[in-house]
Amino acid sequence: MTTMETRTVAVCELSQLIPGRGVAALLPDGRQVAIFLTTDGECHALSNIDPFGKAAVLSRGLVGESGGQPFVASPLLKQRFDLRTGVCLDDESVVIRTYPVHIVDGVVHVSS
Amino acid sequence: MTRTLVVAGHGMVGHRLVEAVRAEDAEGAWRVVVLAEEPRPAYDRVALTSYVDGWDAAALDLGEHTEVELRLGDPVAKIDRAGRTVTTAGGHTESYDALVLATGSRPFVPPVPGADLPGCFVYRTIEDLDAIRAAVDSAKHRKRGRAAAMVVGGGLLGLEAAKALRDMGLSPHVVEMAPRLMPLQVDDGGGSLLRKLVTELSLTVHTGTSAERIEQDGDRLSAKLTNGTELDLDLIVFSAGVRPRDELARDAGLDVGERGGVLVDTSCRTSDPDVWAIGECAAVEGRCYGLVAPGYTMAEIVAAQLLGKEGEFPGADMSTKLKLMGVDVASFGDAHATTEGALEVVLADAVSGYYKKLVVSGDEPRTLLGGILVGDAGAYNLLRPMVGSPLPADPAAMLAPEGASGAVGVDALPDEAQICSCNSVTKGAITHAIRAQGCDSVASIKGCTKAGTTCGSCVPMLSKLLDACGVEQSKAVCEHFTHSRSELFEIVKATRITTFGELIAKHGTGAGCAICKPAVASILATVDTTEGDGGHILDGEQASLQDTNDHFLANMQRNGTYSVVPRVPGGEITPAKLKVIAEVADEFGLYTKITGGQRLDLFGATVDQLPLIWKRLVDAGFESGHAYGKALRTVKSCVGSTWCRYGVQDSVGMAVELELRYRGLRSPHKLKSAVSGCARECAEARSKDFGVIATEKGWNLYVGGNGGTLPRHAQLLVSDVDSESLIRYIDRFLMFYVRTADRLQRTAPWIEELDGGLDHLREVIVDDKLGICEELDAAMAKHVENYADEWRGVLEDPEKLARFTSFVNAPGAPDPTISFTTEREQKVPVLLGVPEVVSR
Ligand code: SRM
Ligand SMILES: Cc1cc2nc3c(=O)[nH]c(=O)nc-3n(C[C@H](O)[C@H](O)[C@H](O)COP(=O)(O)OP(=O)(O)OC[C@H]3O[C@@H](n4cnc5c(N)ncnc54)[C@H](O)[C@@H]3O)c2cc1C
Ligand code: SF4
Ligand code: FES
Repeated sequence: MTTMETRTVAVCELSQLIPGRGVAALLPDGRQVAIFLTTDGECHALSNIDPFGKAAVLSRGLVGESGGQPFVASPLLKQRFDLRTGVCLDDESVVIRTYPVHIVDGVVHVSS
Repeated sequence: MTRTLVVAGHGMVGHRLVEAVRAEDAEGAWRVVVLAEEPRPAYDRVALTSYVDGWDAAALDLGEHTEVELRLGDPVAKIDRAGRTVTTAGGHTESYDALVLATGSRPFVPPVPGADLPGCFVYRTIEDLDAIRAAVDSAKHRKRGRAAAMVVGGGLLGLEAAKALRDMGLSPHVVEMAPRLMPLQVDDGGGSLLRKLVTELSLTVHTGTSAERIEQDGDRLSAKLTNGTELDLDLIVFSAGVRPRDELARDAGLDVGERGGVLVDTSCRTSDPDVWAIGECAAVEGRCYGLVAPGYTMAEIVAAQLLGKEGEFPGADMSTKLKLMGVDVASFGDAHATTEGALEVVLADAVSGYYKKLVVSGDEPRTLLGGILVGDAGAYNLLRPMVGSPLPADPAAMLAPEGASGAVGVDALPDEAQICSCNSVTKGAITHAIRAQGCDSVASIKGCTKAGTTCGSCVPMLSKLLDACGVEQSKAVCEHFTHSRSELFEIVKATRITTFGELIAKHGTGAGCAICKPAVASILATVDTTEGDGGHILDGEQASLQDTNDHFLANMQRNGTYSVVPRVPGGEITPAKLKVIAEVADEFGLYTKITGGQRLDLFGATVDQLPLIWKRLVDAGFESGHAYGKALRTVKSCVGSTWCRYGVQDSVGMAVELELRYRGLRSPHKLKSAVSGCARECAEARSKDFGVIATEKGWNLYVGGNGGTLPRHAQLLVSDVDSESLIRYIDRFLMFYVRTADRLQRTAPWIEELDGGLDHLREVIVDDKLGICEELDAAMAKHVENYADEWRGVLEDPEKLARFTSFVNAPGAPDPTISFTTEREQKVPVLLGVPEVVSR
């Protein structure tokens, strides 16, 4: 990680996000992030790729909460990932990458 | 060395014996040969009457054996005990080391002059029922739909036969020699109430008389009863008891019982140590048993002995519960109070229509000896296992209607109490399965212990035992709502709450999850289209609740692309429209396939392509269809009377009408249907949630079928109805299902769980017992009125349309992770090689 340069990109207006759903964004290096807005107003970004289903689909999953832990459920085989940490709630040995998100003047920024 | 076991007879008990030997004989000590008279493998004779529901013999299957030689349709004709061989009627000879007779009984036909005329039947096999059905059909044909029948015998089996005839649309006469129906099981008090109840079911009961003479009268029969009554009839069914089939044993010089039956000792051995007899043909110490449970016990003990273990017949519980629809009758233990000093406690209420009697010991503590329940047999499951134990409460309290204070629960049963009498499973064995083997559902208890797998009457007890062991069979939708889906439906309907946010704030906890959100979305959508003005499923907050398929109105495939299944109502399509589908596939480079549901599926569309594809389809007069979503999927059809030489109604026209009527209806699970143009059933309607089969006079409606992992055949709900009534009943069926089923519960398990099952369903939607039909009709009418093409709805709304893009920051950019390769001239997806995972 230390050798990688941190870059921040603006991806969309906050108003484009629906609370409880996600969108996908393409980073300049070709990676995909899934950005979610929860119903309590938190923004989270994770890798868009479902490691179980091996497809770029997480942004299209349903957002929910279990015991206060916010998650997205993959639309393929329904494995759930913690929106804050990327840990899979159904198999903790699997962790996907998370990305810092900032909202600046109503614009969503993702750092990588 | 391998020895040969020959079994004569493949009925329920022969079948159980073979299963038990095969399950225990791991070393393969026995070669098993079964010689059977009937042309088909053993089937569930106890459930024979249900064959009338759909004339589907497969529904009575008992399961196939492995490693067993089964010769069907060739009865054993002779036993050579000295040479230890048997020879069949067809001349096949088989040597045995052990021979087991499991030849069952034959129906007893009283020696009435004319009892052998054509039109006289017995009631024991599938073939008997087929023959009865043919006679009913031809009588109805001759007489424009009416036929008259008489059942000789008003016992358990006679009433079953009467029910079968009634299900075939007849109102049979029942003739019983004794002064009351079911004389062996009930007393006079119970008998008179029983008579009243079955008369309400349109049976005509003649007791204290018998058939004196039967005569041919043109193409009909005329029967004279000993009390002078004369009946004009089309058919007569004899169901007046059974006689053990001991003829083989007699011919071979084996001992037989005084009242017939192959005489055996308590280990089921005959007078020849190499020959055994089990089931209804056996007279254990002189006594024959006409129920399946004792037969199963005999099968198990003989299997044990063949494998070197010990086994002894412990005697049997002759308790019975009638399966006749709508009439509860049960009798157990010493029902007629023959024990010395026994006391009877009777609770009867002619107005509410019940008669209950308990027989208890004369001395304290009061031991339960037996009882009779007519009209309300709710207490049977609890009382029967208690026979022989001291009563835990005052006898009158034990008879109180269920739920009344003082009624006693399953806790009161001792561990030795037999919960499942068909399979001899005790309360102790079941609680052990729950506590030690981790069974947490009725299904897993069935798997572990066999309890509940035969007549099914003990199933409610299994569920109560789970409760008693503290296993929660929770109906809660998920951690956010303690309610079941149907409760949430009622809440939404009553409160007119229109958002998930408000519902969870007022009635749930937390923020919701992937289980409750789509469930609530479906409820909101149904309530909206059936009671409100019908919005779009992606309006406002609803968009965030939908599963991804509903959110994008197409089915997501394994690589994140989608499939599009144009709706083709009833499967009827013009060449021009076929061409459009081909063009769309070509233009967007889609993989095409004909689905198992009779439609064309186009695969591999990206999110961005979906609206473009829909536009092409909508312009050509199509809509995209639901191959996703918990909603109506397809209504399949066969060509029917339009083209097929056998067709009797326009099945395509009906299928098109049904598909257009119910499309878009959100439901607890997907809904499938089919319409066949005649009884040949080429549309496979009986494997559908609601299936329609054309008849000469109209339509038969079947409900509760499905394919999938646990296939179910749909059961007959109404027959010979006209198109208008058909649609009315389907409307009600669907609305009632949509309102009351659990999340992801298809129609078959829903009907099974309804208290009263299919009969109850019929009472609700045909007889309007709950008085809700008008409301159900209105709700469906509203749904039809509110229906709008969802896909067109997206095309017409720029805000919704904007969501159909792969990347929010790069609209129009293709998803670089999606790639395809070619197989059999079409493209197929390639999955990502190296997923981006931090740790694994
Ligand atoms: C496309 C199709 C296979 C095909 O290429 O032929 C198909 C595809 C799927 N079926 Fe099916 N089923 C298809 C016909 C059937 C049929 C046959 C039929 O409809 O006559 C059945 C048995 C009939 C039935 O449903 O009772 C069938 C029984 C199932 C089941 C088991 C349901 C059950 O009650 O046990 C599932 C699982 C479920 O729904 O939970 C299932 C689930 C699925 C899913 C949704 C699995 C999934 O989650 O991905 C598949 C969706 C693929 C997609 O995204 O397009 N599919 N599936 C068929 C679409 C028919 C159509 O035109 O709509
Ligand atoms: C309509 C109906 C409802 C019933 N309901 C109930 C109920 O609710 N509860 C209950 O406990 N019991 C019920 N019974 C009774 C139950 O079905 C029998 O107790 C059970 O089937 C007995 O099994 P079995 O194997 O001894 O005899 P069967 O099932 O009669 O099988 C005997 C088999 O042996 C064959 N066979 C006869 N002779 C020969 C030969 N020489 N060679 C080869 N094969 C031969 C026969 O063709 C038959 O297939 C009902 C019976 C009927 C007809
Ligand atoms: S059978 Fe299984 S693999 Fe085939 S379409 Fe249906 S769900 Fe998919
Ligand atoms: S009592 Fe018949 S299956 Fe249990």
